[in-house]
Amino acid sequence: MDFKPCVNIRKEWDIVGARQLGREKAKEIGFGTVDQARIATAISELARNIYLYAGTGKICFEIVDDFEHKGLQIIAVDEGPGIRDISQVMEDGYTTSGGLGAGLPGVKRLMDHFDIISEVGEGTEIRASKWVR
Amino acid sequence: MSALRIPILKLQNYLLISIQIDLDDQTAIQFQEDLLNKIHKSGATGVVIDLTSVDIVDSFIAKVLGDVVTMSDLMGAKVVLTGIQPAVAMTLIDLGIHLQDVQTALDLEQGLIKLRQELED
Repeated sequence: MDFKPCVNIRKEWDIVGARQLGREKAKEIGFGTVDQARIATAISELARNIYLYAGTGKICFEIVDDFEHKGLQIIAVDEGPGIRDISQVMEDGYTTSGGLGAGLPGVKRLMDHFDIISEVGEGTEIRASKWVR
Repeated sequence: MSALRIPILKLQNYLLISIQIDLDDQTAIQFQEDLLNKIHKSGATGVVIDLTSVDIVDSFIAKVLGDVVTMSDLMGAKVVLTGIQPAVAMTLIDLGIHLQDVQTALDLEQGLIKLRQELED
């Protein structure tokens, strides 16, 4: 495992900062331009969810390089209100913010691996990974 | 931090916009407002928004762009989005965003041709 840089999400501009850092990491690891865009977009969605629903949190990056995979894991952590019904937020078009409701199901499609743990009143942790092909 | 302003150029009856920065939410919203005001003031009938230099469109920016097309249409101006990069087109579909009611063209030149055809019909 490599070092783990994180971007704190406190204000709206941090969404841009997080996706720019993520794109740089993706480029370093050797992802092509399309996957760089997928990763940056996924980070943008995750960071915006933190900003909109939890207020603050962080996005961390972990470079994965083992026998099976080489790639990037994005870890989005917040101590917000948590998600009561995860299957509902994973439905396309479900939104409580007037958005398109494309965020989380979109992230799942953009990435190769997606995990979500959420506890009401405790917060949410999402891990999403993409492997270099 | 206050939002950046995206320049909107007027050429005859058209407004031309080239987005060349990484759009944050505030800048996108500000642009929406600026464009509608400019349509109102100038009486422009066609708008081209060129996205050649945009390498990420997430669901929020897609919503702002889709909305500004609908809003402009309500005011009587046709909007064409041009220059969407291959990577952006692919990520939009992954996100499940199809922008079906939005007119698009390969580049600025094709966009202007499309507008001219539409407005003459």
